[in-house]
Amino acid sequence: MFEYWERMVDFVFFSILNLDKTSLFVKASHFFIYDTVKIFILLLFIIFSVSFLRTWFNVEKVRVYLQDKSQLTGNIIASLFGIITPFCSCSAIPLFLGFIQARIPLGVTFSFLISAPLNNEVAIAMLFSLFGWKISFLYISFGLLVSVLGGYIIGKMKLEKYILMDVKPLNEKLENIKIKLTCKQRIVQAWQNTKDIFTKIYLYIITGIAVGAFIHGYIPTDFISTYASGNNWYSVPLSVLLGIPMYSNAAGVMPLVEVLTNKGMLLGSALSFMMAVTALSLPEALILKKILHVKLICIFFAIISLGIIIIGYIFNSIL
Amino acid sequence: MCYTFQNKKGKKMKIQILGTGCTKCHTLAENTKKAVANLGIFAQVEKVEDLNEILSYNVINTPALVIDEVVKSTGQVLSPKEIEKLIKDNL
Repeated sequence: MFEYWERMVDFVFFSILNLDKTSLFVKASHFFIYDTVKIFILLLFIIFSVSFLRTWFNVEKVRVYLQDKSQLTGNIIASLFGIITPFCSCSAIPLFLGFIQARIPLGVTFSFLISAPLNNEVAIAMLFSLFGWKISFLYISFGLLVSVLGGYIIGKMKLEKYILMDVKPLNEKLENIKIKLTCKQRIVQAWQNTKDIFTKIYLYIITGIAVGAFIHGYIPTDFISTYASGNNWYSVPLSVLLGIPMYSNAAGVMPLVEVLTNKGMLLGSALSFMMAVTALSLPEALILKKILHVKLICIFFAIISLGIIIIGYIFNSIL
Repeated sequence: MCYTFQNKKGKKMKIQILGTGCTKCHTLAENTKKAVANLGIFAQVEKVEDLNEILSYNVINTPALVIDEVVKSTGQVLSPKEIEKLIKDNL
């Protein structure tokens, strides 16, 4: 798909400008220009498609749908909805209380709260443009596993007492909010969303690619496979730990991970790292702290971290 | 933040923005005020920040726009143009 673009960059660099193919600087800038344009085009396309698809879903609908589901079934459906439902961590509190109010079990609520940020449109778009559909598919399916099991375990632990706000459960059946949208309105909304996201992340991406291009051009593969390959037992937990404070920079971190995996970092460690970046969101934890006991938030974080670490080890051993 | 006027038909339109105080909610409130000003109509614009009241509208994805007690959008920052259209449909 991007062969022509690569040939064009090759042509400009080596035929028109007559640059030296062996120079490290030329290699790095060639990589930078090729990658930036490729990623921007793919990102715009994927974010727009995901946003467009998501105009048919909203969390209010999800809540109505989840209302009478049992454990496990509820966990699975909530996790699946997490992929296709637009969700902003800024509305985590009304969402959480709204779910509890509709008597949706705590574990099912957490399944949704794990799955939704893990499968946010930026992460999916970046993964797809950098690693292709196979890795994206693995990321999403293992992400689902973590959110289903994580939510299920939290549900079994009977932690309802750690919800700090009194919620009166609704007795009547919930009514679905009916919002009619024309196709044009959906396109406008999706484009608006794409623009908003893109303006927020493009600088991070350029920075990420620039650092990646530097590593690509200047740092020899041996160096990385010796020091950062992740063949040590502690590399997976370390990647998870490093991923936690990166939340807002998910878009900038991923180009770096791509280069590191090309240079010998193990894919399992890379996947764990990316999942930690998206799923262990500190801002979301801080928001939820207003209505949840610190203990519950710590358990929530611990269970996801453990899940992600196990996945990393499994991947490192089979891939 | 509460403006009460009457529109030409003598009917009072009530526009509410449901939100817990995030940036998205502020933007939606600003855009709503712009839309009302652009149309030159009189409407009551009100911000609802109380969680229980937000939940009573069955809204869990903020910000949401409510016109005359009917939820028109959730989780979206609508542009002034889009809000104008929703208002016109309700006049």
